Amino acid sequence: MKKSRFKWSNLYLILVFCFLYIPIFYLMFYAFNAGSTMNKFTGFSLAHFGELFADTRLIIILLNTFILAFLSALIATLIGTFGALFIYYVKQNRSKTLLLSLNNILMVSPDVIIGASFLILFTTLGTAVGSLNLGFITVLLSHIAFSIPIVVLMVLPKMQEMNDSMVDAARDLGASNFQVLKDIVLPVLSPGIIAGYFMAFTYSLDDFAVTFFVTGNGFTTLAVEIYSRARRGVSLEINALSTLVFLMALILVIGYYYISQDTGKNNSKGGGVK
Amino acid sequence: MKKYNTLFAIPYFIWLVLFVIAPVILIFGYSFLDSQGHFTLANYATYFASGKYLMMTFNSVWYAFLITLVTLIVSYPTAYFLTKLKHRDLWLLLIILPTWINMLLKAYAFIGIFGLHGSINHFLQFFGLAPHQFLFTDVGFMVVAMYIQLPFMIIPIFNGLEELDNSLIRASRDLGANAWQTFTKVIFPLSLEGVKSGVQAVFIPSLSFFMITRLIGGNRVITLGTAIEEHFLVTQNWGMGSTIGVVLIIAMFIVMALTSERKKGGKR
Repeated sequence: MKKSRFKWSNLYLILVFCFLYIPIFYLMFYAFNAGSTMNKFTGFSLAHFGELFADTRLIIILLNTFILAFLSALIATLIGTFGALFIYYVKQNRSKTLLLSLNNILMVSPDVIIGASFLILFTTLGTAVGSLNLGFITVLLSHIAFSIPIVVLMVLPKMQEMNDSMVDAARDLGASNFQVLKDIVLPVLSPGIIAGYFMAFTYSLDDFAVTFFVTGNGFTTLAVEIYSRARRGVSLEINALSTLVFLMALILVIGYYYISQDTGKNNSKGGGVK
Repeated sequence: MKKYNTLFAIPYFIWLVLFVIAPVILIFGYSFLDSQGHFTLANYATYFASGKYLMMTFNSVWYAFLITLVTLIVSYPTAYFLTKLKHRDLWLLLIILPTWINMLLKAYAFIGIFGLHGSINHFLQFFGLAPHQFLFTDVGFMVVAMYIQLPFMIIPIFNGLEELDNSLIRASRDLGANAWQTFTKVIFPLSLEGVKSGVQAVFIPSLSFFMITRLIGGNRVITLGTAIEEHFLVTQNWGMGSTIGVVLIIAMFIVMALTSERKKGGKR
């Protein structure tokens, strides 16, 4: 009895994994199609990869997307880490809960709302300050903004693991604030900080809706570009691109796996979802 | 330390004020403005008076409900079986991997799969069925939405099930419960937290998808998200867009209240 049920469960899992991966492999398979549609495989060819690498516009957009993710994750990690430090040291329970709920608002808001409200914010600021053109800066600010809460959520549990008497001991032994931060606090937090950076990075790479709202004419990210191309119809260049994206995601996931092996199993990509 | 902290936390507070509190106030404020920028209640009047908007809201909630339900039905056994596997960390990683691929690319894949000459129809024809248009239908929209959301449902349920204390299951078996009783009386109630966060993670985005409705749903399915996008970026009627945004925020709070209700008296 037990044995046969075990097999059924495996069959079920295989089906689910097929459902999850067939579309992705389907995309990658047609990247090698000699023809130009996703309907019929007419022969093996690398032509679409050639097209992709010759398409400087797309390559620049790809670079922009990565620079944006790199920068926004970096700044969000800095701000978020100090935010988490502050929240940890808030003594009053009520203000702590309030701070945490405020922190989580952007985590649970649908991205259309984030995008629309940021668009209003930037135009309001624009009229107040003078001129704030929609473009790289507004997209960068938005990405930083929606990445901060996840960093806080990744760093805060590490603070709770920290032994407070260590800080007191360092203080008694004459360490300055900076030394306490550098030698005691940051080493304890570093797994959380790295995990937070990683999450912020992927949030930025994955975002479409917010960028779509707050970007102007001059600046595009990969997701927005794919959207506008996909609306015009199928182009196998996108398939070639997704093959590369998949390989990159694979590398990132393996990297994340090794990091999360260090930080413990509880910080997998659960909970917060945009 | 404290003073030091406060100094470095200043950017965090600027962020709180500028990007959390101000946008919420602005979107509420704009919902009371007409296109000239004067105070008005007309947006809300239009929303409630014209059946169009109410119908759209209802449809959107209904689609989100169906998507969440089907995702849950598929995910629960998946998460449950995953916890029984040997290298579950690795398998879980394989569930996470698709979430790292931009969802636009995933939606794009379905344009090929669903097309009239696409693979699904080749498959149907193989069994002698007539080709059927999946692209630009609501079924197509729901399949794609489900596909994108599936990992976000599986992961929290998996985490919930993994936290479950095995000795409770053994105790229940020792006390004479059969496998089904153990499942319904012990395992499922204890994994409910995971289910709730999964429902939260799937339902709210399902209300607000707009690119899938455009790419896959043709303009047939209009969710709250599509309506907001249209009012903000196409017709430039920010007031009405904000009003629908406020409705979406309220819907979000209802969902969150429903799914986190029991946490207060809960486990910890």
